[in-house]
Amino acid sequence: MSSANAPLTSTEYIQHHLSHLTWGEGFWSINIDSMIIALTVGLVFILGFHYAARKATSGVPGKWQCLVEMVVGFVDTQVRDSFHGNNTWLAPLALTIFVWVFLMNFIDLLPVDLLPVVAQAAGANYFRAVPTADINVTLGMSLTVFCIIIFSNFHAKGAKGFAKDVANHPFGPKLMPFNIVMRFVEELAKPTSLALRLFGNLYAGELIFILIAALVPWMFQWTLGAVWAIFHILVITLQAFIFMMLTIVYISMAHEHH
Amino acid sequence: MNINLTLLGQAITFGIFIWFTMKFVWPPIMQAISERQKTIADGLAAAQQGQESLQQAHKAANDELSIARKKASEVIDGANKRAEQMISAAQEKAQAEGQRLLLQAQAQIAQDMQQAREKLQREIAQIAIAGAQQLLERSVDEKAQQELIDKFAQGI
Repeated sequence: MSSANAPLTSTEYIQHHLSHLTWGEGFWSINIDSMIIALTVGLVFILGFHYAARKATSGVPGKWQCLVEMVVGFVDTQVRDSFHGNNTWLAPLALTIFVWVFLMNFIDLLPVDLLPVVAQAAGANYFRAVPTADINVTLGMSLTVFCIIIFSNFHAKGAKGFAKDVANHPFGPKLMPFNIVMRFVEELAKPTSLALRLFGNLYAGELIFILIAALVPWMFQWTLGAVWAIFHILVITLQAFIFMMLTIVYISMAHEHH
Repeated sequence: MNINLTLLGQAITFGIFIWFTMKFVWPPIMQAISERQKTIADGLAAAQQGQESLQQAHKAANDELSIARKKASEVIDGANKRAEQMISAAQEKAQAEGQRLLLQAQAQIAQDMQQAREKLQREIAQIAIAGAQQLLERSVDEKAQQELIDKFAQGI
């Protein structure tokens, strides 16, 4: 417990745990803690799956390959069910989202003080461990998804078709300005809702872990902590799945012709 | 909760990860999966085929067996019939042989009896002649007497 080596009030403890390890000023700063954890678990995902892919055999698979294949098969089924175009890139995109978001969420299940204490030992004063509880991370991912959605629109319909689509729906050509405004809001709502949903869930989850750690006497922490952690296993998986599923749905919508 | 460069960093990282997954992770795994699916499907089909050919072999073996059984029983029947024939033929032959031997023996007996009878006749005739000679003590016409005696002896 960090309160052992530096006497903090509960408020200070909570504030401390909600501060990022930041480098730089204003907008031109970067949350080092989020980036380090996001990159680390991302590389674990990429390299672990790449290892399985390199060693993949069509014969009897190892346990790791089985796990990877289960995840891949699961994602592939989801993509096939909701998207009927050429999916050479959509399924890998969905896989990346699902596994990466899941792993970033999973950091939430580590004890709230574990990584901050490790960081403190390394000389960092602040460390917020859960990348998906950082709005920058979730918005960054949804920004990429947003770009892909726009690109898909152009790719599937062509510039002219996309412009026609924006101008003529949902109210018909006579209400073109309304259509454009509606479409603008709709397209912006997609990445925003994606980012805020994931951020909100994980931020709330992390906050509750911090509150339990700050306010509950240490001998009773395990009761609430265990209940919340077990419930959170469901939440982190579900949120990763929702992020992936909505991305698939948005992109297949972009591919549809009205 | 400030928006800062982390956003762009994350977006770029995400893009790179997507590209990497698309390029180096997804295709080999999918290939391995589909190859294994094919292997399993082939194996199941082969097992099915094996089952079918096993059943066919069973059926063929049963057919062969029943044919062989039928043949064996035919052979046994034939052998039995032949044995009966041989036995009855042997019986007939033995009977005929016995009959022949019997007839031969009877003929022999009859011949012997005839001979003995003739011999006896002659002896009786001589005895009679001798007896008559002694009885009469006189010589009569031997020739006439002999005829008489013969006639008598024939009558015995």
